Amino acid sequence: MAKTLPKTDVVIVGVGWAGGIIASELTKSGLNVVGLERGKERKTEDYFMVHDELRYALRYELMQDLSKETITFRSNEKIRALPMRQYGSFLIGDGLGGAGVHWNGQTYRFLPYDFEIRSKTVEKYGKGKIPAEMTIQDWGITYDELEPYYDKFETMAGISGEENPLGGKRSNPYPTPPMKKTPAMQMFAEAAGRLKLNPYMVPSANLSENYTNPDGISRAACQYCGYCERFGCEYGAKADPVVTVIPVANKTGNFQIRTHSNVRRIMHKGGKATGVLYTDVTTGEEIVQPADIVVVTSYVFNNVRLLLLSELGRPYDPATGRGVIGRNYAYQVIKGSAIGFFEKQQFNNFAGAGALGVSLDDYNGDNFDHSELNFIHGGVVSLGQTGARPIQNNPVPSGTAAWGPEFKTKSLHYANRALSIGTQGASMAYKHHFLDLDPVYKDVYGDSLMRITFDFEQQDREMSKFLAERCSEIMKEMGADKVDYLKELGPYEIMTYQSTHNTGGVMMGSEPDASAVNTYSQMWDADNVFVVGASSFPQNAGYNPTSTVGALAYRAAEGILKYKDKGGLLV
Amino acid sequence: MDRSDKKKSPEQRAVDRSRRKFLVNTGYALGGIVVGGALGTLIGRKPAAKPAPANPREAGQAAPANYNRALMFFNQEQFRIVESATERIFPEDENNPGAKSLGVAFFIDHQLAGEWGFNGRDYMSPPFYTGEKEQGYQGRLKRREIFEIGLREMDNFSMTRYEKSFVELTGEQQDEVLKAFESDEVKLTTISAGGFFKMLRSGTLEGAYSDPLYGGNLDMNGWRMRGYPGNQMSFTAIIDKEFTEIEPASLQDHLVSH
Ligand SMILES: Cc1cc2nc3c(=O)[nH]c(=O)nc-3n(C[C@H](O)[C@H](O)[C@H](O)COP(=O)(O)OP(=O)(O)OC[C@H]3O[C@@H](n4cnc5c(N)ncnc54)[C@H](O)[C@@H]3O)c2cc1C
Ligand code: SF4
Repeated sequence: MAKTLPKTDVVIVGVGWAGGIIASELTKSGLNVVGLERGKERKTEDYFMVHDELRYALRYELMQDLSKETITFRSNEKIRALPMRQYGSFLIGDGLGGAGVHWNGQTYRFLPYDFEIRSKTVEKYGKGKIPAEMTIQDWGITYDELEPYYDKFETMAGISGEENPLGGKRSNPYPTPPMKKTPAMQMFAEAAGRLKLNPYMVPSANLSENYTNPDGISRAACQYCGYCERFGCEYGAKADPVVTVIPVANKTGNFQIRTHSNVRRIMHKGGKATGVLYTDVTTGEEIVQPADIVVVTSYVFNNVRLLLLSELGRPYDPATGRGVIGRNYAYQVIKGSAIGFFEKQQFNNFAGAGALGVSLDDYNGDNFDHSELNFIHGGVVSLGQTGARPIQNNPVPSGTAAWGPEFKTKSLHYANRALSIGTQGASMAYKHHFLDLDPVYKDVYGDSLMRITFDFEQQDREMSKFLAERCSEIMKEMGADKVDYLKELGPYEIMTYQSTHNTGGVMMGSEPDASAVNTYSQMWDADNVFVVGASSFPQNAGYNPTSTVGALAYRAAEGILKYKDKGGLLV
Repeated sequence: MDRSDKKKSPEQRAVDRSRRKFLVNTGYALGGIVVGGALGTLIGRKPAAKPAPANPREAGQAAPANYNRALMFFNQEQFRIVESATERIFPEDENNPGAKSLGVAFFIDHQLAGEWGFNGRDYMSPPFYTGEKEQGYQGRLKRREIFEIGLREMDNFSMTRYEKSFVELTGEQQDEVLKAFESDEVKLTTISAGGFFKMLRSGTLEGAYSDPLYGGNLDMNGWRMRGYPGNQMSFTAIIDKEFTEIEPASLQDHLVSH
């Protein structure tokens, strides 16, 4: 029999970005909050020896231990799903702060188009533009409605940036000025200018200068140390939950964090959650934490998995298209890129920061005409300088041998002579891309793993080819002596790192029939359950997701406070 | 300069100076805000022990024995195969060291002896099925087992084709053997020859370029040859400048200087 603890106002499942934000907002308003986090405690002092590429980038020091839990994957329903036995396509966060600790900090807002993609596409190009099996939806909330929450997230994190000429309207400028511009970024910006494009500095959660936020949290400026993505920041310069929102929650005295607590079920009765069941992973003990409100912020995969394991909400059935939990899984199409080799110039490629770069949105959203194109949407185009660490960065021109003297000579020669331009292609939802419980494989507690059914579609192949060609044009304009770029996307595969931008499965919308949560991330089927994260994106935009996750978390926190007052569905 | 500084090479002192300057220049002393960074608690603290020179060849000292240079996993025969194979993958040339003098084979040995060799953080639960290419590695064997089999099969293949063991072959012949593995021309029942070659290749790059703490990248020479400065606390001063050559520093340098 599980031990039952005293009831709390709110229990939060997973203390990463979404969980941390909600904890800080609710505890500031006086609610008692318990945060259950499966991983360990984390602090900045842990990163004294962090400039270690092998340990953090290749052995995944900070990520989920796959021996305990992974996902299974298949390209389509005809194939047997098999476990992702080793890391590849995405890297799942674990421990206090979640993936928010080892992210890059590129903090883009989505475009107004993204939130109303179906209606705007139909309006401009007609119904025929959207293939029958493409299940994209409007979010039920517009950019303008979400704007104040973006602003809150950016102010909390101290985002460094400058206005995007093609972005949505802003109520305030970025709280800190843009990062420094490297010679390579300067070349990109100038080339883009000559091509009549609209470059701007990547909005960055690596601080351009010392910053104190409205909660009184002070952080130091980024040192461009080049060990950002996959690493924790030894300066606390990179906004992560551990150095921003979690200390604010702790200070109120209303927040109790329990690490090493793996939540396994949401307990519910008659359409209301009563609390959660978790395992103390240090003792194996099963514990029930009763709560008035349950907030699920355990990242996309476990958000969906916990609902399905708990039999809460209507599971998606791909055969009929009915049900919502697991529906509209999407990703990011990032392979459309170009790499340029410069004979006469060397760059400080070893230096950089996770969100250091220049971007442009001329080929993102509906900022360009799609009438003659076989795809919708597009993606942000960027030249980033994130620190080219030597094990993982050995670019050589196409046609070079993969090993031996030629590889060695060329990889040394080009180590500081190659630049790349990348894109983050949007990922549309399809009827046959979804998440459900794997019938065979289990985690270390005996619970079914999440199963992903996903592949790239014609839309993705056309879009990434188009984007790669645009990247190559800019690279040529920058004066590269040789440019290689993606010619053919190929199938989706689970082995190569692409991005940790998984989305969907608990999608947001204005109608209970076609969505799992409303725009406060409140479940239609259980009004005291809030499921927050990129799991609520109906499809993915052409940017990194976290700014939007943060905005939705601030909005959810507001909704929870309203709900605590009045109860019932908030919309 | 404290007393221990006098024993350091001019180069080492320069590194230390720049580090101190860095502490003054960055957030810790600037702007008057209190920052609890990984270094914040360490500032002003005396080094715990006398800094050992990271590079034994410095300052005219006799090189202390490198006790890291012994084997944790391979037997001598396996070690020699790995040493010659990785040297073919990443060979020495007129200007730069290759895998052998960087210590890559020691690196791979040490890695196989630990968690990585045991696939400690991989999902290794049954059932095992052959999957599609897109689904990644689906075998039940651990990396150390794959290496044992792979190295034995390299020798078997060498014997069959050239009647000599792998280490006795000419460099060109060794390349032929490696190519036969890389292209899966060699058909093995238990492991994928191509998959094994990939591990050998990625292990070579890891051994050449990981922090010397792991047994490869001897004296940071892997970093030096490609202008990679290793572990530096700050690039603020050069981030917007033209290419700058910086003498590399290691995690050991970082540990002993804080
Ligand atoms: C290498 C890398 C680079 C990235 N770079 C960027 C970037 O530049 N820009 C951007 O916008 N995004 C980036 N991301 C994505 C970003 O990290 C995520 O979008 C963000 O962290 C999501 O926040 P979250 O709160 O939903 O999940 P997380 O931050 O991952 O937090 C989820 C938490 O829930 C916990 N948890 C899960 N299951 C359970 C359970 N059953 N019980 C208890 N706890 C549980 C986890 O341990 C974790 O701590 C990057 C991600 C990675 C991995
Ligand atoms: S690049 Fe900047 S933000 Fe990133 S880890 Fe280094 S100092 Fe921190």
